[in-house]
Amino acid sequence: MGLTKGSVAGGALDAGLVIKKRRSQDRVVALAGNPNVGKSTIFNALTGLHQHTGNWPGKTVANAQGYYSNGQNSYVLVDIPGAYTLLASSAEEEVAREFICSGQADVVVVVCNAASLERNLNLVLQTLEITRRVVVCVNLLDEAQARGLKLDLPALERLLGVPVVGTVASQPQTLAALKQAIDRQADVAQYVDQPAEHSVCDLDLCTVISGQTSEELREELMSLFMQRAEEVAAQVVTGPADHYRRSLDWKIDRLLTSRLWGYALMLLLLAVVFWLTLVGANYPSALLSEGFFWLGERLNDGLSSLHAPLWLQELLVNGVWRTLGWVVSVMLPPMAIFFPLFTLLEDVGYLPRVAYNLDRPFQACHACGKQALTMCMGFGCNAAGVIGCRIIDSPRERLLAILTNNFVPCNGRFPTLIALISMFFVWQTGMASSWLAALLLVLVILLGIGLTFLLTNLLSRTILQGEASSFALELPAYRRPRLLSVIVRSVFDRTLFVLGRAVVVAVPCGLLIWLLANLHWGDSSLLMQLASWLEPLGRLFGLDGVILLAFILGLPANEIVMPIMVMCYLQTGSLTEMADLTELRQLFVANGWTWQTAVCTLLFMLLHWPCSTTLLTIKQETGSWRWTALAFALPTVCGLVLCFVAARLLSLF
Amino acid sequence: MNLADLEPGESGVVQKLLLTGSQRRRLLNIGLLRNTKVQCLGRSPAGDPSAYLIRGAVIALRAKDCQEIILS
Repeated sequence: MGLTKGSVAGGALDAGLVIKKRRSQDRVVALAGNPNVGKSTIFNALTGLHQHTGNWPGKTVANAQGYYSNGQNSYVLVDIPGAYTLLASSAEEEVAREFICSGQADVVVVVCNAASLERNLNLVLQTLEITRRVVVCVNLLDEAQARGLKLDLPALERLLGVPVVGTVASQPQTLAALKQAIDRQADVAQYVDQPAEHSVCDLDLCTVISGQTSEELREELMSLFMQRAEEVAAQVVTGPADHYRRSLDWKIDRLLTSRLWGYALMLLLLAVVFWLTLVGANYPSALLSEGFFWLGERLNDGLSSLHAPLWLQELLVNGVWRTLGWVVSVMLPPMAIFFPLFTLLEDVGYLPRVAYNLDRPFQACHACGKQALTMCMGFGCNAAGVIGCRIIDSPRERLLAILTNNFVPCNGRFPTLIALISMFFVWQTGMASSWLAALLLVLVILLGIGLTFLLTNLLSRTILQGEASSFALELPAYRRPRLLSVIVRSVFDRTLFVLGRAVVVAVPCGLLIWLLANLHWGDSSLLMQLASWLEPLGRLFGLDGVILLAFILGLPANEIVMPIMVMCYLQTGSLTEMADLTELRQLFVANGWTWQTAVCTLLFMLLHWPCSTTLLTIKQETGSWRWTALAFALPTVCGLVLCFVAARLLSLF
Repeated sequence: MNLADLEPGESGVVQKLLLTGSQRRRLLNIGLLRNTKVQCLGRSPAGDPSAYLIRGAVIALRAKDCQEIILS
């Protein structure tokens, strides 16, 4: 998922690459290749796990640099954006071509997918036209083998005239040969002019190809290179004619995308993920909450012994510390389970199948099937989902995806949805009720997905009219998930990052809320005055003033909506220990909640304005406050309408 | 005949692309040129898009676009 520090915090950097050498004698190694060839895995294996993560297309090219040394040489490894060809004019491919043409790289490693060598050789041959300082890395040999393909790599080396190494990126020991080949190529002092026999087109691609190149010339060159790639591949690859339809991949795909099982399995998978999250999060949540409460007491004791004034103790412990404790203990466990599970699905290669299965409904809405992918990213974090919309080529379809991303609940909203469902709709504990809770959650999410389709359709018939553009989605081979990398990526890059953001917001919010709750105007606190002022408006939509106030104050992060409600209801201006949901339920009921209130709050949690981070991201991605305002209004209006109708209908019961 | 006419399991060879502009470029990028052999692998649950084997990679294409890809 594109949810990493780089993608959310940093701005888009679509300009060229800037090399940061650690030492002046560092050699520069560029890593090029088609998308889906395991480039990131090779990058990580060479430089260490932490340096580069997340491999969504459209991610920023910033920070895609790492360092390693091998014997006497030290290297800067530069991951250049995935490209099918150097002849095209997409932003990624321009960056790739310009970097290779700039001559900054001492060695260019072109990573190929052994299972589709022919198409990958296209890029190799084009790169060789520009520089001979190339190492060809034929990766995923295991996948090719599984399909019954045999590759004659020495023959490939002879035909290309540059070193060729075979690797299985998930097995780091196979990378030793790659490192040696890079050493050898880096040490070649100067290349003699390239032998004519290897040239495909006798043209200098760096000067011939530019923004002004005619489409005819591009296409002619593409055919020329592809033809040569076919010839080379024919001499190197042998295997059964109908190899793909006999592969395990295809058998799995037949099941996962079948007419009968495709959608059912998707729903089941969703339910299982939520069930595991629900069941797994309960216990650690309670434990964390107790821990925070206990530490808060100690903090209080410590402050007392220092003779700190009472208001300061109150403010720090009851205001800041407990809000922090609430946010961490409610959010961390579900995230620490949900993110790894989701990253696992991503790593295995399931997500493109979701896009494949859901393309037809999106097509009916005149939208792009890849919107299914950005919607999935939204489950993690809507801001990340909005950035992820860059994978959609057509500007109109990208806007549709951005404007509707907030209709799926992000990780900041899941814990509240889960808590509300558990409190008001599932009383017993045990297996059956945890499944019931998971199913209710799936229903809420299906409502969100249904509204995504409805709104996408509505928008593409009104202000964003247009035909669906063409769509070419690669379904990469399934891969054995790299467990360590899944954990590192999901926990460090996503869980801790999102949690960090929530904490940064929670601390000042805790402070503000404590102040509002403890500063008095007349005979009641500011907080209660605001709440009672909002009361009639809240009632209109089946909520109350406190709930509405909590949503408004929760603009910086949805995570803090629930703690604000609790604080208002307690009126003491601080949280008590709320590990036990039945206790919490009693508090809510004592403050006038019914199951109807819970339904309306669930609906409004699913459908209200995006958090401030997401709004700023939308502004950044669309470059327009008008679209941002629309992204704010769409879910809010939907939520208010639905809550209004639900409140009227449910009051009949 | 065009690419949309291929049933799962059937193969064909591309004769020409009727598409233009960025849509054409996208297909050229993934190696869908004249004389390229394409095999239809299967269809998605709703019948569209379909999956095709193109130069060793599996690519999903919509029927609407496939109608613009003429086979020989």
